[in-house]
Amino acid sequence: MKARIHVTLKSGVHDPQGKAIANALKGLGFSGIDAVRQGKYIEIDLAGSDRAAAERTVKDMCAKMLANPVIENYRVDIDAP
Amino acid sequence: MKAAVIVFPGSNCDRDIEVALRQSLGREPQMIWHRETALPALDLIVVPGGFSYGDYLRAGAMAAHSPVMREVVKRAADGVAVLAVCNGFQIATECGLLPGVLLRNASLKFVCRDVHLRVENPYTPFTQQYDDGEVVTIPIAHHDGNYFADAATHQSLLDHDQIAFRYCNRAGALSADANPNGSLDHIAGIFNRDKNVLGLMPHPERAADPALGGNDGRALFDSLVAALS
Repeated sequence: MKARIHVTLKSGVHDPQGKAIANALKGLGFSGIDAVRQGKYIEIDLAGSDRAAAERTVKDMCAKMLANPVIENYRVDIDAP
Repeated sequence: MKAAVIVFPGSNCDRDIEVALRQSLGREPQMIWHRETALPALDLIVVPGGFSYGDYLRAGAMAAHSPVMREVVKRAADGVAVLAVCNGFQIATECGLLPGVLLRNASLKFVCRDVHLRVENPYTPFTQQYDDGEVVTIPIAHHDGNYFADAATHQSLLDHDQIAFRYCNRAGALSADANPNGSLDHIAGIFNRDKNVLGLMPHPERAADPALGGNDGRALFDSLVAALS
């Protein structure tokens, strides 16, 4: 199974990198950009086939290390085996 | 006072801390590798600056879960003093010793220069040889020093006198141009509620000898020796 994890900044947390990306995109001539928020994408290959158990485990990984709950949210998607 | 310095792969201020402690203490601190799980009896543990584990994932995130940090967290709960400088501050927030988080500098640039700090609480083992409101000059060198906490956490820091140092100008005023990294409320360093853990982004060990261009950091080490010996 593969776990796909998106870690994103909570709203209200300043994201200077996202702001710099937005400015750079505007500099390249792209218009209509309201805001850019940068996050992380992590893939984990997992043994076994119990999807519910895998989801619990990966959420525990996120809470303990992969995300910082002070500033980040996370979303876990488990691909069917 | 028995002191130890934790050494991670990627620490680069451990030897500077060693020199500063030796100078104030008159003997060698113990250097402790990050894989150690049994610590000797200690009065002070220093988590030094650097780029532990290459700052992978987030600054301090990997080191926060290293075997030795589990022991450091336990010792801190028992009242042992913990000084966490720069990357050490990032590690201390990641492992829950201190509240909040250090974000990327608002400028997105690595900032390496002397800054002025205002001493906000001189009534602790770390700061007792400073005066209340004293302005000191100590260097910073970091890319992720932009302190952030939610409003409730910030209020709690204020309510419990947990702010140790604030970035200020030469006169001690909190002007916008004196904040080098965008930190909330100009926060440069904080204590835990019990005041036995201090995390700060500036490097007192780099200002502990006039030959290095400044001596304002020395009082921090002298304070600890006086308080814990």
